[in-house]
Amino acid sequence: MCTTCGCSVGQARINGKPIESQQHPDKPLRFRPHTTQYFPTSATANSLEMLDFGTGITEMHASGMSQARMIKIERDILDKNNEYAARNRRRLAERGIFALNLVSSPGSGKTTLLVNTIQKLRDHFSIAVIEGDQQTDHDAARIRATGVPAIQINTGKGCHLDARMVAHAIEQLPLQDNSLLLIENVGNLVCPSNFDLGEAHKVVILSVTEGEDKPLKYPDMFHVADLMLLNKCDLLPYLSFDTELTIDYAHRIHPGLPVISLSATQGTGMHTWCDWIRTQCRRAAIASETHHNHSVTFESI
Amino acid sequence: MHELSLAENLLQIIEDAAHEQQFTQVRTVFLEIGQLTCVEPESLRFYFEIVTKDSVAQHAKLEIIEIAGQALCKQCQQHLLIATYYQTCSYCGSYEIKITQGEEMRIKELEVE
Ligand SMILES: Nc1nc2c(ncn2[C@@H]2O[C@H](COP(=O)(O)OP(=O)(O)OP(=O)(O)O)[C@@H](O)[C@H]2O)c(=O)[nH]1
Ligand SMILES: [Mg+2]
Ligand SMILES: [Zn+2]
Repeated sequence: MCTTCGCSVGQARINGKPIESQQHPDKPLRFRPHTTQYFPTSATANSLEMLDFGTGITEMHASGMSQARMIKIERDILDKNNEYAARNRRRLAERGIFALNLVSSPGSGKTTLLVNTIQKLRDHFSIAVIEGDQQTDHDAARIRATGVPAIQINTGKGCHLDARMVAHAIEQLPLQDNSLLLIENVGNLVCPSNFDLGEAHKVVILSVTEGEDKPLKYPDMFHVADLMLLNKCDLLPYLSFDTELTIDYAHRIHPGLPVISLSATQGTGMHTWCDWIRTQCRRAAIASETHHNHSVTFESI
Repeated sequence: MHELSLAENLLQIIEDAAHEQQFTQVRTVFLEIGQLTCVEPESLRFYFEIVTKDSVAQHAKLEIIEIAGQALCKQCQQHLLIATYYQTCSYCGSYEIKITQGEEMRIKELEVE
């Protein structure tokens, strides 16, 4: 642990104790110069000692070393993924395809929800599904049984889908213009939060058997999601699950996050969810139409 | 586990740079990792060592610059330091804060020969 500010380089703990770092974390936390420069004075702001504007890389490498030179890179580690994601998003938008990335822990009911959503929406839109799991094509088979095309991506040891995998799947799927693309991510409440797939929205699903504190324990996912579905609400009478507390926790991580309570098996709340999709889908279609009309007028000038 | 794919992505960026800038050995990789990201530096180091074996970045040192979490309170407009997403504004107690820093995962510079 850093004695200056109480931070530690990593946040991993065993029995509450930080795991010993290979690199002694004697470096302070860094702060970028702020547009409106300020000095935090709050209790959480620790001491002023740790303020260190600029990244100070030069001070960290021994100067005067033979042959060594510094090369500026300035790229996001996930640049490649983000490029693929941006390309996916552009392609989907051009064709008015509305894509959702469903994320949750294993077994929260993603596939059950998809199957029932498909049954409710298939008369309104053309639908296609991308299934992500480490192994098996069980979920894709469950989707195909509804008559909707599905591609199974097996990530092997990977714990999430990435944008490149989705780009391949998009090429292989028979996708209609102005349709709905549902992507079921690998069951994992952590890693998929980092990987943009090019979807319009991430939807996080939490089932009531998982406990109220999941938003606090796995904050990243609830932070990046645009909608939260609280599934398996049919089980509430048998559990001591506090719905309000859960939503309160979710809102601590993500103020204003919309929440829909539903039961994928019993169907309660499904119409609210399907209405949400229908509204969003229509918007995507209109946006792509406006886009095309604009390009037509543009070319005809 | 996704630190493995982060390490692979990192190596790919380094190899692209090695190709463009003609270097054969990386000594140090300078990274900025925001405090709010779900990246565990130790885990990243572990996988980086594995994936860089027999590459230009073999034995390269990972210098991880941790970037503090900062936010702007939407209620009282104060800037504050945060270590987690569920922190409230230390001035007015609001949860309505906008993250301004601490979510970065950037490769900044390479020390090469
Ligand atoms: N009681 C109840 N059970 C449900 C509901 N939704 C799903 N389940 C059950 O939960 C279990 C897991 O459902 P799946 O749809 O396979 O969950 P999943 O999120 O796709 O699982 P993975 O793909 O393995 O991560 C199954 O036994 C479902 O029948 C629900 O609304 N209520
Ligand atoms: Mg499933
Ligand atoms: Zn405030």
